[in-house]
Amino acid sequence: MTSVEPRATVSRRAPRNPSWAAFRGMLLRDFTVLDKHLPQFMAGTIMQPLMLVFVLTNVFPEIGQGIGGVGGSSRFSSLLMAGIVAQAIIFIGIFSVGSELVREFGVTGEIEDRVLAPVPVSVVALEKIVAGGLQALFGAMVVFPIAAFVPATPVFLDVRFSVLATVAPLACLTAASLGLTMGTRIKPRTASYLFGVVALPLSFLGAIFYTWPSLDPIPWLKYVLLVNPLVYVSEGFRAALVAGEPHLSLAVIYPALIGFSVLFGVIGTRGFRQRVLG
Amino acid sequence: MSFVPASSGTTEASEPATLAEARAAGPEVAATPEHIDGADHVITVTGLTKTFGSGLVAVDRMDLSVRRGEIFGLLGPNGAGKSTTVGMLTTRVLPTAGRAVVNGIDVVGDPARAKRAIGVVSQANTLDQGLTAWENLWFHGRYFGMSASAARTAADELLERFRLTEKASVDVEALSGGMARRLMAARALMHRPAVIFLDEPTAGLDPQSRIALWEILRELHDEGQTILVTTHLMREADDHCDRLAIMDHGRILALGTPSRLKATLGSGAAVTMQAEGDLEALARHLRATTTAADVRAVDGVVRFQLPATEGVLAQVVSAADSGHFRVTDLSISEDTLETVFINLTGKDLRE
Repeated sequence: MTSVEPRATVSRRAPRNPSWAAFRGMLLRDFTVLDKHLPQFMAGTIMQPLMLVFVLTNVFPEIGQGIGGVGGSSRFSSLLMAGIVAQAIIFIGIFSVGSELVREFGVTGEIEDRVLAPVPVSVVALEKIVAGGLQALFGAMVVFPIAAFVPATPVFLDVRFSVLATVAPLACLTAASLGLTMGTRIKPRTASYLFGVVALPLSFLGAIFYTWPSLDPIPWLKYVLLVNPLVYVSEGFRAALVAGEPHLSLAVIYPALIGFSVLFGVIGTRGFRQRVLG
Repeated sequence: MSFVPASSGTTEASEPATLAEARAAGPEVAATPEHIDGADHVITVTGLTKTFGSGLVAVDRMDLSVRRGEIFGLLGPNGAGKSTTVGMLTTRVLPTAGRAVVNGIDVVGDPARAKRAIGVVSQANTLDQGLTAWENLWFHGRYFGMSASAARTAADELLERFRLTEKASVDVEALSGGMARRLMAARALMHRPAVIFLDEPTAGLDPQSRIALWEILRELHDEGQTILVTTHLMREADDHCDRLAIMDHGRILALGTPSRLKATLGSGAAVTMQAEGDLEALARHLRATTTAADVRAVDGVVRFQLPATEGVLAQVVSAADSGHFRVTDLSISEDTLETVFINLTGKDLRE
């Protein structure tokens, strides 16, 4: 056996801010792993929005399939664009954070090394939210050009930067917290139902293909939809990006996004602790 | 590595009087561990209890002390409460009652600081599948606040020490079971913990990998590293542990060095005696004049059991001598921990 020199130079003392040191290390870990799987991440992020935009805004108008309602296909492309970006963010939250956590907790147990870092367990959960939020933001930036430029009919963009700069991070936080909640509550065996049972209803009832105010003819649906966090994300992006389309008031959107972030953040962190502490 | 020198490495512990009592009183009596023996304790556990929601008492009022520098074994069948004990000592299972202190830090009161004192090698492969072997070590160092360069140096050194240097850039899913276990041990040592916990470290490994892992653990032990290991393998516990706690149903039934446990709690030794002359007469003579039990003259030899008390063998030999029997050969097969376990619990070790 090779003899190894004493590691006398390595300090055993705790760093000045152990939580920050561990947080940074874990963030770097998550992005190292993301970097290794970047092609898969990109493909997973791009494929659905690309297909939706292509079929709904290129193929349908071309074959005379009635879609978009009053106002024509340009209006539809514009409102859809905001919805597509919103959906990408929520999906990354559910699949990148949620499914990944289900795997790390239940299948591989590989979260162990991070929960054994010398910091409170909630720091690890918080890092998951931040890393997931950053991934979602990155995903939104990838999807935005697709939603804005793939449609055959022009999209009426009207970027309100102050709204975009506040809605986008809040939307990403909401998505990542939702992912944390799902990832810590769902058993690996049921994870395969995530798409059908959670993601599909969430997006079809998430004001992606229609605006929330346009649901006036179906009042019961209009108000049921308010429990869906994706509605506020879609409407938030509509407020930030789209010209001349009525949307939910920002006075509702902001408190809702903050509320969902806090709610899912707390439930998720609590669930995380419970999973760790068996 | 600059480990603290072992203050009481392979010591023959002075046994608690309760061990003898435990034997006399039967299997249900738990041994009381020594609390104050002047040794430097890295782990002190008092009244530690874990009751799960189902009402299952996994660990029942456990008292335990582990000395700095020793290899301490928790030995027991599956379901005895070993893993739950390790879980509580390593902050991952919240105790229902009791107290556990590792390196002077209360694991329930200050888990974040306690984690700095512990290294964990779980039974399952919990290596980070998204990273290479080297990255698993480097990131572990980063989580513990090591600088990038310190973590790099330590990762390189540990890979070399654990004979994994050539696997440095390999994805961990490509490692064999033995390599994965070694890498987990290396990872547990990255931040130089006061004690490392290994839960069934050789489970599922081939004999060669077992030997390789124990070789490294023995080396660490020689450098003063405190090691707590759980196992259900009697032989492993006997060969490698300085002291052992035998567990079943969440309780410690006996605690001491393997040799002491065998001497105090075994059935004694099985002796085969060869002698000239009438063996039946010799057997009768031994039955009448000594404490030897189960004396039988069979197959040209006399076989009997001896209690594990010092001096009895000499007594038997001199008894044979005084009866004018010439003893030509004597072979003794010692007790195993298996016998100790059966004597304590009344049952065989469940695999």
